[in-house]
Amino acid sequence: MAQPAVAASDLEARFSDILTPDTRKGYEGYIVKPEGLLAFAKALRDEYGYDYLSSVTGVDYLPNDMMEVVYHAYKITGGPPLVFKVQVPRDNPVVPSVTSIWPGADFQEREAWDLLGIRFEGHPNLRRILLWEGFWGHPLRKDWREPYYEGEHKPFKQRTSGPHFWHEDHSPFGKNVDYPPGFDPYTWEPETADQILYESVVQRTRKPEQEELHSEQVVVNLGPQHPSTHGVFRMIATLDGETVVALEPVMGYLHRNHEKIGERNTWIMNIPYTDRLDYITAMSNNFGYVLAVEKLMGLEPPERAQYLRVIMAELTRIVNHMWAIGFLLNDLGAFFTPALYAIEERELILDIFEAASGSRMMNNYMRFGGVVRDIPEDAWDMLVKLVTDRLPRKIDELDRFLTHNEIIKSRCLGVGVLTPEQAIALSTAGPVLRASGVPYDVRRAEPYGIYDRFDFEVAVRYHGDVYDRYLIRIDEMRQSLRILEQAIRDIPERGAPILAGKPQYQVRVPAGEAYGRVEGPKGELGFYVVSTGKANPWRYHVRAPSFINLTALEAMSIGNKVADLVVILGSIDIVLGEVDR
Amino acid sequence: MKRPNGDELQKPGYDIPDELKGSVVVTTLNRLYNWGRRNSVWPMMFGLACCAIEMIATAASRYDLARFGMEVMRPSPRQSDVMIVSGTVTKRMAPLIVRLYNQMPMPKYVIAMGACASGGGPFKEGYNVVSGVDKLIPVDVYIPGCPPTPEALLFGLMKLQQKIEKQSFREVYTKPDYIPEPVLGPDLMDPRDYPKIREYTQKKLEALQQQAAQAAQG
Repeated sequence: MAQPAVAASDLEARFSDILTPDTRKGYEGYIVKPEGLLAFAKALRDEYGYDYLSSVTGVDYLPNDMMEVVYHAYKITGGPPLVFKVQVPRDNPVVPSVTSIWPGADFQEREAWDLLGIRFEGHPNLRRILLWEGFWGHPLRKDWREPYYEGEHKPFKQRTSGPHFWHEDHSPFGKNVDYPPGFDPYTWEPETADQILYESVVQRTRKPEQEELHSEQVVVNLGPQHPSTHGVFRMIATLDGETVVALEPVMGYLHRNHEKIGERNTWIMNIPYTDRLDYITAMSNNFGYVLAVEKLMGLEPPERAQYLRVIMAELTRIVNHMWAIGFLLNDLGAFFTPALYAIEERELILDIFEAASGSRMMNNYMRFGGVVRDIPEDAWDMLVKLVTDRLPRKIDELDRFLTHNEIIKSRCLGVGVLTPEQAIALSTAGPVLRASGVPYDVRRAEPYGIYDRFDFEVAVRYHGDVYDRYLIRIDEMRQSLRILEQAIRDIPERGAPILAGKPQYQVRVPAGEAYGRVEGPKGELGFYVVSTGKANPWRYHVRAPSFINLTALEAMSIGNKVADLVVILGSIDIVLGEVDR
Repeated sequence: MKRPNGDELQKPGYDIPDELKGSVVVTTLNRLYNWGRRNSVWPMMFGLACCAIEMIATAASRYDLARFGMEVMRPSPRQSDVMIVSGTVTKRMAPLIVRLYNQMPMPKYVIAMGACASGGGPFKEGYNVVSGVDKLIPVDVYIPGCPPTPEALLFGLMKLQQKIEKQSFREVYTKPDYIPEPVLGPDLMDPRDYPKIREYTQKKLEALQQQAAQAAQG
């Protein structure tokens, strides 16, 4: 495989007519002309080995009057990304869709259309994804203002000085709503959005001969209020008998506007918001975000903080996988008993988190250049005991109870298969990718923090079915314990610094862009941040693994029975806070 | 009608024979009924966001919601007594929350769990966030916290039990008020607000036209 440096210079020469290096200060990669994007992307995938498209997102550069679409492509064998961008005018942002080359761009392009209004030509299904059809405007555009608009930057004036007011009093409706001029509610047909949705699912499988035969396919709607959708998630499945022939995930029921709010927050104010992305793995999310901002700032955390971060991130992985396995079993019909076993261990780990950070779930523990507090001594003793004694036993116990269980085997083996080719093409990450036989782990592929020091194996399984996605979580918990044992052994003595520099409320972040990614428990969690040197980010984008893993849901489900849908969904292990953001 | 207070009911006005003392309890039907009602409040299995995780943790073995007779989570609104709104209420979810509420039988209770459900929380300013579930449906108990710890949720549920205890069972079975479902238009629309919305958008349009006319003149 070609080295990135060689490939890069090669690229420039070959695509000199459509490619220019991005020379803005603090930026990296290339700017590609929209008309050459497809040829460039195809060559990148087929000839240069960048077969894994991690992230696609848009940025609205209002002062320059342009929209930019940013792509981060990786080699599945590891190494740094190739970043390339497409710049289009703001008033008519049209970019060719890369879904034909990397199908994993599907949802991400839809998200960019929904929130930024960038049209992707050639996208098979370019509809809104997080908001509903008919929503007024594209909210992530810089000149779009929400009804509760207060100011461009936080902290807002009225909260620090001046007269205090309630937003509700300023709105004529007493609510968080606004309507376009001249809009008449009486002529509005609320059913249209749902009809478009159902039609689009039915259209995909409708064949002319079926119309003549009158063989009818049934469209089934699951959710958003459904006991096994892990939150407020909705699936629309077309069934032929009991077999799924098409499936459309519908999301956005928990779209909490992280990115819009994040762009008004100061840098440090975003850390607690990252807790609430994937609320089961708050520590991991903190890690990803501080890593991205540290890249921009050029900060290096002290040793002890590095170890504390790894310890917390790996404990989080165990919490998450415990939870995932417990609730996968829930979906299989073993209602709540396995989950109770799993939650027991989770509680013990949460005790350590609470002792270290002050909160059970929303830890808000990491800071730029370190962590906020050291772990108390008694909690440390608990941690050592847990890692060396209790957790290995409990994981073995879970393994013994579940792995060879007849019912689990018959419900999981060979169900929801995802081939490695599909897994890479659909940009899946984490356990979903590795259960399909692709040993790709960010901790190894592009080590961050101090992960290069630890001796561990990248867990991998080869069948790509639900059973392997269950097994890989057991494997990963064991590997996490290995890392934890080494970290406990090697961590510098208590009293060593845990934060680079002084604690501060306002950090200086130089202008530029950065993409920080960690191997979260659910997969590759990336943060794309753009700074203009001001107190708050210009763009704050989250590459959410749950969201992008859902791209593969249809591929996994087609051909399976409708009763297995919930199991397949459970095996992807999504959290809606992260899917919808 | 004057309602008898507890003391009057404790003293029925005649002597209880000695042999019956110790085996007879005199109480009000209301108290007996509410005693049963408050100890078997069935929550709806309805999780929205982060708080739902703490709700599940509350139902798990360490905090054990079953001690309060509340462990029977019903996936169907038609079988549940209390809706624990556990998380951020988004505009997209709002019609469904109102629909679920309308489907619950009387007497029904709503607990707003956490900052988001109580008033929007950290996401209040968001364009897709309803600032508190009480903008849509009536709420009985608010629980602060982000997310509230399981202890806080238990305290909130105990507050709900106290509320149930004080109610008269003759009054709780009234016909419920039907709440019209909000509609997803260009933004969330309450059908009861339609005239107001039209007036508002017309005014906006006129202002725009005036501006355009002024610009054309100047």
